[in-house]
Amino acid sequence: MNVKSNEARCTSCHAGYGWKDKEFNFADQTKVDCLVCHEQTGTYKKFPAGGGNPVSETKVFKGNGKTYHPPDWNKVAQSVSRPTRKNCGTCHFFGGGGDGVKHGDLDSSLIKPNKVLDVHMGVDGQNFDCVRCHSTTLHNIAGRVYTTPASEHRKSLIEDDLASKITCESCHSSTPHKEDAKANDHTDKVACQSCHIPAIARVNPTKMWWDWSTAGKKQNGKPYAEKGEFGKPKYDTKKGNFIWAKNVMPEYFWFNGSIEHLTVKDTIDPSKPVQINHPVGDKDDANSRIFPFKVHRAKQPYDKVNKNLVIPHLFPKGKADKDAYWKGYNWNKAIAYGMEYAGLKYSGEYDFIETEYVFPSTHMVAPKNNVVACAECHTRSEGRLAKLTGLYMPGRDNFRALDIFGWILVFGSLVGVFLHGLGRIFTSNSRKEG
Amino acid sequence: MKGVKMVNIYLYSRYERFWHWLQTAIIIILLITGFESHGTFSLLGFRFAVDTHNFVGLSWLILFAFFIFWLFTTGEYKQYIPTTRKMVAVLRYYSYGIFRGEPHPVPKRKEAKHNPLQRLVYLSLAALLLPIQMATGFLYWGYNSWQAWGLEWLSLPVIAFIHMAGAFAILSFLIVHIYMITTGHTIFSHTRAMITGWEELQEGTQIEDWEQKERKTSQPVSETV
Repeated sequence: MNVKSNEARCTSCHAGYGWKDKEFNFADQTKVDCLVCHEQTGTYKKFPAGGGNPVSETKVFKGNGKTYHPPDWNKVAQSVSRPTRKNCGTCHFFGGGGDGVKHGDLDSSLIKPNKVLDVHMGVDGQNFDCVRCHSTTLHNIAGRVYTTPASEHRKSLIEDDLASKITCESCHSSTPHKEDAKANDHTDKVACQSCHIPAIARVNPTKMWWDWSTAGKKQNGKPYAEKGEFGKPKYDTKKGNFIWAKNVMPEYFWFNGSIEHLTVKDTIDPSKPVQINHPVGDKDDANSRIFPFKVHRAKQPYDKVNKNLVIPHLFPKGKADKDAYWKGYNWNKAIAYGMEYAGLKYSGEYDFIETEYVFPSTHMVAPKNNVVACAECHTRSEGRLAKLTGLYMPGRDNFRALDIFGWILVFGSLVGVFLHGLGRIFTSNSRKEG
Repeated sequence: MKGVKMVNIYLYSRYERFWHWLQTAIIIILLITGFESHGTFSLLGFRFAVDTHNFVGLSWLILFAFFIFWLFTTGEYKQYIPTTRKMVAVLRYYSYGIFRGEPHPVPKRKEAKHNPLQRLVYLSLAALLLPIQMATGFLYWGYNSWQAWGLEWLSLPVIAFIHMAGAFAILSFLIVHIYMITTGHTIFSHTRAMITGWEELQEGTQIEDWEQKERKTSQPVSETV
């Protein structure tokens, strides 16, 4: 799944503001919409398929049935101000085409959260805006985590208030707990988020599973959509099956702040789930921490012969665009079109493969009373970190042979003294009788 | 045993008794919290168990230094010097003679509180097992500082293994020890001695005059005044 050949829809948020056709220069940094981040009237709405532009005359978007009006440009322009949670949320809460689809820790519940949901952003508490942490220098926004390791410097904002990586430690230091608290000894290996975000999607559900392989089913010859739990889509002819979940326990991986992505040019191994992206990190790397992730799993098409992921053309360019999957419901045509558009080879044979995509969880930090308890990881079986092997964790790990031998020794001692005692009682009784 | 006259001797000084019972409490608390931290059972809650284990363990380390100081300033360390003399007799007693009502081959005396078997066991305990346990416990506790201490070559699993093995050995010792203290003249005479300091022994055992209770209590306080 890719922006390419679907730009009209995706560039509402993804880079490509003002996109018209293939000649668009995605490297041009002036192609950024100022208003979406800065306007405060709340009336500036992009038309979902407008290449990032609002409508110039009132128009209905068939995809959601909503009516879009042209903005009152004077009012909108005069309202510009520092971005609020709503501005950022316009894209970041709705990534993937809907509320909470992508991230489990970013959704519309953060527009007005209470502090139980987010101890920093809670309107009944610190009431932080996004930009309180994601500070900027000349529009370079701090806090993105994907390309460079985060914890190499462990700098606090007091040392360097223009540090490009804003982390918890930037404000809280690397020993934020009470002096001598064991938790301070964890910060070298365990990210703050691992304990302080016990679950994601605590108010709104987040999507955990997206099965494209079931897309295309019709009712009475027509595409349809079905709602399921939480009132969220369960099936959509265009997109397939979904599973949504609330209060999702994150999965934990070693993470140095970088995430590596697979591209459509990379060869995949279809015998196991394909990691479209994965956190970079290792238990032996001093800059890696155990970090919580939402892992979104899916089934999506791939090229069976060339063994790579593919770019289907989903969003129709017009009424006659039968190659678009959302018009013609033919994967082969959609993939062939999309791959050709992207200038890539396609063998003509596709199948579906299970994929995984990780989203680091760093928002929705819970108040300290709701943190993950020690024994949720330090427990013999089924702990949160049960899958992180290769390290010795007290309470989780043991040496089986030593434990068995140890208990034999202990119970042997018990039995030994018991028998000795019995012997004494028995012989002293017989001596008395004698 | 009829007709055998018993005498009381003052065997354990106040500090020794204090140290013994303090160490008893320390060891029991450490065993409970330690095995809970190990994941053997859930009783106090992992966090409380770990915090308690760390606090009590570190306290023990400091208190043990006082014990070592006491051992060498009083010369009491001599009680731990191992000997093989009469060792066979002691082993024979506990495996045979005790069932026949025979007297102990090496009765307690002020200057020889430990029989040869005890000397060996307590020396292993005080000079080997407990220090190893304290050292590995301290290192375990200081895991985060290994790099700063230049000890990054240490391995946590190895330290954990030794510490666990020591824990089992101490638990096993505790069981046998609690049983062995019932083998005195009466079931509680050894326990009583460790509480009051006075041990009841059969007469005929060579005992210094000053050790005897009667003399001590009747000693004139201001004779020279």
